[in-house]
Amino acid sequence: MQRTREPGADYFHKVVDCQWACPAHTPVPEYIRLIAEGRYGDAYMINWKSNVFPGVLGRTCDRPCEPACRRGRVEDEPVAICRLKRVAADNKPDITARLPPPAAAPNGKRIALVGAGPASLTVARDLAPLGYEITVFDGESKSAGMIRSQIPRFRLPEEVIDEEVGYITGLGGIDMRLGQRVDSLKALLADGYDAVFVGSGAPRGRDLDIPGRQEAAANIHIGIDWLSNVSFGHIDRIGRRVIVLGGGNTAMDCCRTSRRLGGEDVKVIVRSGFEEMKASPWEKEDAMHEDIPIINMRVPKAFTHEDGRLTGVVFEVVEAVFDEKGRRKLMPTGEPDEHYPCDDVLVAVGQENAFPWIEDDIGLEFDEWHMPKVDPATFQSTLPNVFFGGDAAFGPKNIIWAVAHGHEAAVSIHKFCHGEDVAVRPPPGATLVSQKMGIHEWSYDNDVSNDNRYRVPMRDKKEALSDVRLEVELGFDRELGLKEAQRCLNCDVQTVFADKLCIECDACVDICPMDCITFTEDAAESAEGEADLRGRLKAPALNLTQDLYVSGKLPGTGRVMAKDEDVCLHCGLCAERCPTGAWDMQKFYLEMTHAGPQCLSR
Amino acid sequence: MTYILKPQLHHPKLPTNGLGYTRRDYEGSVSTLCAGCGHDSISASIIQACFELELPPHRVAKLSGIGCSSKTPDYFLGNSHGFNTVHGRMPSVLTGANLANRDLIYLGVSGDGDSASIGLGQFAHAIRRGVNMLYIVENNGVYGLTKGQFSATSDRGSKSKRGVVNTDAGIDMVSLALQMGATFVARSFSGDKEQLVPLIKAGLAHKGAAFIDCISPCVQFNNHQGSTKSFDYVREHNEAVNKLDVITPRDPIHVDYRPGETVRVQQHDGSILSLHKLNDLYNPNSRAQALGYLQARQARGQIVTGLLFVDPAAGDLHDAVGTVATPLNQLGEAELVPGQAALERINASLR
Repeated sequence: MQRTREPGADYFHKVVDCQWACPAHTPVPEYIRLIAEGRYGDAYMINWKSNVFPGVLGRTCDRPCEPACRRGRVEDEPVAICRLKRVAADNKPDITARLPPPAAAPNGKRIALVGAGPASLTVARDLAPLGYEITVFDGESKSAGMIRSQIPRFRLPEEVIDEEVGYITGLGGIDMRLGQRVDSLKALLADGYDAVFVGSGAPRGRDLDIPGRQEAAANIHIGIDWLSNVSFGHIDRIGRRVIVLGGGNTAMDCCRTSRRLGGEDVKVIVRSGFEEMKASPWEKEDAMHEDIPIINMRVPKAFTHEDGRLTGVVFEVVEAVFDEKGRRKLMPTGEPDEHYPCDDVLVAVGQENAFPWIEDDIGLEFDEWHMPKVDPATFQSTLPNVFFGGDAAFGPKNIIWAVAHGHEAAVSIHKFCHGEDVAVRPPPGATLVSQKMGIHEWSYDNDVSNDNRYRVPMRDKKEALSDVRLEVELGFDRELGLKEAQRCLNCDVQTVFADKLCIECDACVDICPMDCITFTEDAAESAEGEADLRGRLKAPALNLTQDLYVSGKLPGTGRVMAKDEDVCLHCGLCAERCPTGAWDMQKFYLEMTHAGPQCLSR
Repeated sequence: MTYILKPQLHHPKLPTNGLGYTRRDYEGSVSTLCAGCGHDSISASIIQACFELELPPHRVAKLSGIGCSSKTPDYFLGNSHGFNTVHGRMPSVLTGANLANRDLIYLGVSGDGDSASIGLGQFAHAIRRGVNMLYIVENNGVYGLTKGQFSATSDRGSKSKRGVVNTDAGIDMVSLALQMGATFVARSFSGDKEQLVPLIKAGLAHKGAAFIDCISPCVQFNNHQGSTKSFDYVREHNEAVNKLDVITPRDPIHVDYRPGETVRVQQHDGSILSLHKLNDLYNPNSRAQALGYLQARQARGQIVTGLLFVDPAAGDLHDAVGTVATPLNQLGEAELVPGQAALERINASLR
């Protein structure tokens, strides 16, 4: 079988499941260790560099890292990575002195950013210190886009947004044109910018065109518009009985906001089954905790109204039926329709992109779904000087994706402005360094904590529901943060094996608590060979998403060492018990290459 | 040794045996031996064997003497009975324990210093009495605890780590056990668990004195060029005469060798030893042949391993002494003080 070559950066990166899953590839275990050491400022700066909004994301991230976390495969629940990020943000000292200094001199390039949301702000942050002259346009009077308009204040206080946006706008060279909506890309391009970045989001909430929609319009609101109006203080009340239609995270924000604006009887009613809802499991939990029932398998048929006033919604009861191809269809059960009375309805059934301000005749092509044609690696559109990112590029996702797009787009813009091929992407920076300090001492805490996941302390429900601006989660304090941080398995501290030193004494096999290591006959170099090898390991390697680390033929017996990465605790006992140092624990640190001199080939 | 405890977390799909235990439940505390010590592999093999035999840990008594090997019972079967005795005196203590309670499964763990030097006499007599036990010698051919002097099992002509040549003849524990009348004799290698685990299982199931000489390289002091107990030397000179499968009464019997290649031996407890012959001429039922074969191969520098001799119909010390079936430590006053009439009956029988 193919030896896991001088394993490359990608191999070790993939072992760090959380970092691999994070769109911005944040070095998660590194900052968690720093939190455990009480070095909150350092932990914050690692985050700030890779995901730009640690305080915001530490409260609101969709956390793709957590389902990927190895701890979740070893015991019940992953490390609370997201909320640990908040611990760093909450406890850091003043970090302003650690921000990049303003550019010594402008580099003479002018960039326009459309929209002041997370994608644009990331581009601004990456490019401003390089001397770009940046102009950010946004139709709203305040910056931060959906971070400010759609995420309710009880989840994300305004000070956190202002602080982290302030770090970016304070970098110098950034002209924030708030309240100035771009109505014509053609006109913007005519202003002679060297490049334009479109980070205008997916601003249009989908409507529900069913009978009664027009007649009862006064009490039927589009979810994201309504949330935005609440955020900006234009709306501060809602009826006593509220129905929220939709099953995504916006629906969860709508129902929880309603509970704080006078809604006593608030229900979420969704078409699909509870499990298939798009909302993150923890957001559903939080809604139910606030006494909001989620009723599933109900398709809205009509709004009922009397004298121009909404009285309720009629639903058809459905069930999931699977056709011969395994596709799910919602079929009526034949039960009578159900009528749920209510005073207000919030429609949160999805959102869409809208580019009415992009002219047809400027050479920017759209696909059949009316989305701009954007290269998924370079974020360049069919107009070479126009780049897209965030929801504007590939439809609604979330903040961390917008940040990742922003970084990549900034690299492209930097290369484009220097006449380089944007398709040639800079490799990430990676280092692999031994953590051995003494015979049995490592520079990381290898003693695995047995604690279960800690719950984030919450504000008392009655108090939390009394004020839409009162943050409901209190966050981990330092002590809880330390305990939760200790649950991290340090997956970035890699088990690195040197074939030539191994004497096949089996010490690593005997000590490994997870049965990860096997010495066995080599397998054929093929898919069948790998399947065969996976089957005859000490514990069969059934998780095919996780790689095998396979040595070359060993000097003693000609067998190979095969390690299943799946549930390795990174406890380092294999290396401690190894008499020849064939195993070593080496910290793998991967840092994405952002816009800057190192991403240029000249 | 390691500074941290072995994490409690285990593989999510770790199998359980008929008692509901995982292999991890048969572990002891973390080894304090040097990294890479062969003894740790033997401990792991004992753990695996007891797990597979589904032994209730509280039915096992592990006894040892003094030395690196004799420390190991702390590192396996943490829920079993244990007695770390004086140097070379484990066989006597084990014999006594066995006489007092014949219901336990006795595992004697010793080393080449403990059994071939200070305890040689004790070893010989426990074997010849047929004490029902499995006696494992973790044989590294060196005094590791005292920094690498030759032990009594070091081969003549082998070199110490500092280059000194051994001039004394080495004691072959296997030949000695055969001569002393052991009814189950095997040799194995700590670096070959596939061979060692079934031998430990068979030895534990054997009724009578079972002996395994397990070569166990000392990574610190006896794993160099010129050593005859190093990983490389043993791997190069290992001649396994057979491959053993232990089939307990619970297991389905499946035949995977052609007839004539396999010898089946039923043991006292109903378990079947299925011996796949790797050497056509080797017969594990003959003590005399075994001794001759061992000497011939030894002269050629080979290390014969496998199940070398087994007498499935063997009896033990209790049979010879004629003790009652009930363990002596469970007898009550009524049985132990049978009264004047019984005494007179005995006296009369002796007149």
